[in-house]
Amino acid sequence: MPDTLLPRDGLVIVAKRDCPTCVLVEPVMQSLDRAGPLAVVSQDDPTFPSGVRSVLYDDALERSFRLNIEAVPTLIRFKDGREVERTVGWQRQEWMRLAGDAAEGKGLPDWQPGCGSKSVEPGVHEALIARYGDPGLKSREIAVGNWDDPMEACFERGWTDGLPVVPPTDERILRMLGGTERKPDEVVGLIPPNLAPCTVEKVAINAVMAGCKPEYMPVVLGVLEAALDPLFVLHGLLCTTHFSGPLVIINGPAARAIGMNSGVNALGQGNRANATIGRALQLIVRNVGGGMPGAIDRATLGNPGKYTFCFAEDESDPDWEPLSVRRGVAPGKSAVTLFHGEGVHGFIDQKSRTPEELVRSLAMGLFGVGHPKLCDAGNAVLVLSPEHYKIFKDGGWNRRRIEDELFQALKRPGRDLVWGAQGVPEGLPPKYADQVVDKFQPMPDGVLIVRAGGEAGLFSAIIGGWPGQRVREECQAVTREIRP
Amino acid sequence: MNSPTKLRDPTAESSPVRRARLAPPSSLDGKTVALMDIGKSRGAEFIDRLEGHFKKAGVATRRYAKPTNTKVAPTALMQQIAAENQLAVIALSD
Repeated sequence: MPDTLLPRDGLVIVAKRDCPTCVLVEPVMQSLDRAGPLAVVSQDDPTFPSGVRSVLYDDALERSFRLNIEAVPTLIRFKDGREVERTVGWQRQEWMRLAGDAAEGKGLPDWQPGCGSKSVEPGVHEALIARYGDPGLKSREIAVGNWDDPMEACFERGWTDGLPVVPPTDERILRMLGGTERKPDEVVGLIPPNLAPCTVEKVAINAVMAGCKPEYMPVVLGVLEAALDPLFVLHGLLCTTHFSGPLVIINGPAARAIGMNSGVNALGQGNRANATIGRALQLIVRNVGGGMPGAIDRATLGNPGKYTFCFAEDESDPDWEPLSVRRGVAPGKSAVTLFHGEGVHGFIDQKSRTPEELVRSLAMGLFGVGHPKLCDAGNAVLVLSPEHYKIFKDGGWNRRRIEDELFQALKRPGRDLVWGAQGVPEGLPPKYADQVVDKFQPMPDGVLIVRAGGEAGLFSAIIGGWPGQRVREECQAVTREIRP
Repeated sequence: MNSPTKLRDPTAESSPVRRARLAPPSSLDGKTVALMDIGKSRGAEFIDRLEGHFKKAGVATRRYAKPTNTKVAPTALMQQIAAENQLAVIALSD
């Protein structure tokens, strides 16, 4: 619909007081008003420019949006209600060509660049598209009453994990989509259990709800792609009665760029990227895939990590081979590793001072994964804290040495582990009685060692895996490079 | 409340936009029915009649009443009804 307040035949100038160039050309605008007809669209001050009869205050920026203004001042000439020409910034020659001698601006410099339009400021443009334009989103609209709380509406529709979510409005979704170069309609994969196609747009909606920032999108997409690798067996993990859920470990520059925590309280609360990236994956599985607790999710107890379980590896020591590199990703690349994690088991050792002592001690802690008498009932992640790592480093042990020594320390005589041994029925079948048995699969899959944590504390963390990992060809941790 | 009026569906959109009502039970056997008097005039008479019908049919009932008909029921009362019953009838009458 034509804007009746703009001249059908005449000039329109879009300006803002906050722009020095707009202030510079205020006398020119006054001169053009006298020559008329002229309308000035003022973005930030209804009294600017002075001495002009038709000033249209555009605090909602609708006119600026509809006129597709990128910078101010913008001078537009209309003829028969249609735009025929425009020029941006102050250029005497151009202004005089469009508007005639009244645009001469005696005493002004010949040229001065303009400023950015308020309508294209970060976040504003998406809001204006949502309000006045076509957002181009394909997901269906859900109306919420004016007096209803949108957060409560999300709860009532079953879209949340039990915590409040950020209501997915068009404005927020468009901002989130701005975090990736991938097209909104690109299908990332089929989400179990319903094997529902999940587009980048659906990822963005759930990322909004999880509380992500737009710059997390490449990581969220990388996490989802890793989770959908058939080797990760997401469907099985979802419907298991076991505790496990997806544990996300991020390596490389992407983790640093978005401020992920690999230090103090790395496995705990308080960091937005850690908290929301893991949550976004869970919400996608819930909402797109239909993986509901108590329905297909049959966990006997579950674990708190099923809200979110995500952290970054501490890569500050150049001597340390990062987890992603150990698992085949080139150094310097960003990557995600997904593991079937059951929760954090604290490991305390404040007495070991040599690598040999500490590796034996760690093995004692790791024997407890699943059950002390079970072997190959799932692998583990070992989160090595800085103080424990220092013992290895001071002793000259690198990742490979730690892995090798740990694997040896995790061997035990089967006679101690078979059914009934030590007065406990749980354990291994009798055929293992005369064997030496490995607790986990061979390295590096048996124990994924990752560095994280605060500087103080001779504590590390053991995160048990999922018994589904027993058949390595069918199920294992997955590491993938994150695409920009 | 500055409420947005439109959200986008985060799901696979396999269920209707309008949420389905809960299906009525196939049988009242073994169930307890809450009879809720919201305090409007003659509501109690209606509840009395229903109570008689339920009694004849061998269905257990419990009576509840809102403190006033002008306000929503207190949360504690609604939680009590939900905890003690499987079904509820709310008497609206004038």
